[in-house]
Amino acid sequence: MASTILKADNLKKHFHTSRGIVRAADGVSFAIHKRETLGLVGESGSGKSTVAYTIIGIYPATSGDLVFKDQDITMESNKRPKSLKQHIQIVFQDPGSSLNPRRSIRQIMELPLLVHNIVPKNEREDKIVDLLRMVELPADYMYKHPLAIGGGERQMVAIARALATNPSFIILDEPTSALDVSVQAKIINLLMELQNELDLTYLFITHDLSLMRNMATRVAIMYLGKICEIASTREFFSNPLHPYTKMLLSSIPVVSVEEEKLKPEKIISTGEIPSPVNVPPGCGFHQRCPERMEICSRLDPLTVTPEPDHQVRCHLYPGASGE
Amino acid sequence: MGKPLLEIRDLKVNFDVYGGTLKVLNGVNLRMNEGEKVGLVGETGCGKTTMAKSILKILPVPPGRITGGEVVFRGSDILKMGDSEINKIHAREISMIFQDPTAALNPVFTIGLQLREAIKYSNLHSGLSKKEIKALAVQALKDVSLPDPERILENYPIQLSGGMRQRICIAMALATQSSLLIADEPTTSLDVTIQDQVLRLLGTLVKEKDTSTILITHSLGIVREWTERVYVMYAGAIVETADTAELFKNPLHPYTRGLMMAVPKLTGQGIASGIAGRIPSYLRPPTGCRFNTRCPEVMKECRMEKPPYFDCGDNHQAACYLYKD
Repeated sequence: MASTILKADNLKKHFHTSRGIVRAADGVSFAIHKRETLGLVGESGSGKSTVAYTIIGIYPATSGDLVFKDQDITMESNKRPKSLKQHIQIVFQDPGSSLNPRRSIRQIMELPLLVHNIVPKNEREDKIVDLLRMVELPADYMYKHPLAIGGGERQMVAIARALATNPSFIILDEPTSALDVSVQAKIINLLMELQNELDLTYLFITHDLSLMRNMATRVAIMYLGKICEIASTREFFSNPLHPYTKMLLSSIPVVSVEEEKLKPEKIISTGEIPSPVNVPPGCGFHQRCPERMEICSRLDPLTVTPEPDHQVRCHLYPGASGE
Repeated sequence: MGKPLLEIRDLKVNFDVYGGTLKVLNGVNLRMNEGEKVGLVGETGCGKTTMAKSILKILPVPPGRITGGEVVFRGSDILKMGDSEINKIHAREISMIFQDPTAALNPVFTIGLQLREAIKYSNLHSGLSKKEIKALAVQALKDVSLPDPERILENYPIQLSGGMRQRICIAMALATQSSLLIADEPTTSLDVTIQDQVLRLLGTLVKEKDTSTILITHSLGIVREWTERVYVMYAGAIVETADTAELFKNPLHPYTRGLMMAVPKLTGQGIASGIAGRIPSYLRPPTGCRFNTRCPEVMKECRMEKPPYFDCGDNHQAACYLYKD
């Protein structure tokens, strides 16, 4: 296996609000290896974006370890050295709000080049043209404004901007969930090509498991601030272990009979994700779990490894109760 | 097979905007029978919602302008109806579930007030006492499997989760005992497990109450699992229609095919390249077939005239010159 580029160990991010402590990320551990795509999947409110924002430094971690290429990155962005920031980039969900509508695309792309002094001033324009070409946009797009181009093209610009600093690690926070499938296909293919060409590592956040099946090398499922299952993509889809994963998989509407066969036996999904202010005792999923046992409402399960390269946090598997 | 319920014939809608006229609906045709579950699938901006609003005659005019066609509901043309007739239709014949339940519910009134209002104005129940209306409201919430309906009636929309709000919109739409339900992307803003719950619930309820449904969505998966007949829409026209099983077994129109290939599959053979280009501008739509700018199989005649529907057997029609013979 390739070397580890990012490692989170018992990462916690709590927010103090008037209604109590929101445990958005509550003990998240994972490792991302060089050149892989880790898919982080979860429903809204599961804390997947919190993990992303802690990695990029929008806010500091509450506790736990977060190590990027042997450097500690638990602090927020403005306390990080500039050379470090250059290597971690993010593409947000909605390119309509992540690109400044009053700037031209040239101005948008120029800023990272300027801040990180990527190329000398006289080569900046060529670099912008290069970057636009990488995302298959014509050079004259640099004179346009974000509002003048389509949603898919805006997301291409956001990707080009992320590439401007020659990063090694890019967080993709639901980059295609606001787009149509025909546009999504194009962007996903482009992202995979870029990954090959530029040796990029991705943390891909999404709620779309079918997309993960085709894009990720490993998949992690998050629920209520914790990772409940993580495995290599093939293993994950052929042998899902956690009841929540099974519920998710059986809820996906699919378009062919072949796919239908891959879904686990129909698990009727019930209930909703609880508020992270009021985390239930024991396993966070026990109220919705079809296989709940007495122990689940008492004791939070430990992460165990029942199969090689396949971890799960559930009392159904030996060792999870800590015995 | 039920009796014909709704037939849309060659519906054309324009929008007058600064800089010209958007020719959005370019002759839409759709027909459904009583008790049928129909899916209308298409990407952003293809005119799905404009069509739904035209059926209900709630299209804002201006800027919208219906320039041709008819919407025949139980034998009479909705587009020719006056306000009082339309109000009757709204109250007890056709109801709609919108995409965003947060925007569909009024934030300053309680759920109870809004739900009781809907029940009161569906003429079926006119002359009901307050108590009876409340009982119906409680029943409507029970029908959509909401726990503790008495308490929810006192709540404001903001106190409930997205999934619960959408269930309330469904409760409201079904409480009026309408014969046609138009659900416009009812689960787009919900998570996949909640989506599954809401769609299953909607399926059971429309079956119980024998409601005909038009489900508008951009998700082919939902259409496949939920509907009996599908209409595929592109740039303001229906390009293909077939029974659901047939369409997924044998998609014919190049747009439908491209769309199906672009959907990520659980089998994981990678993702096809999608459809090149984007939906054309409605200000200056291409002449002929509106898909001709993106179609991989474009021919000369595609640029000349809008293709009519060609019968491809098994109650399957495609508006594409590939199937001329």
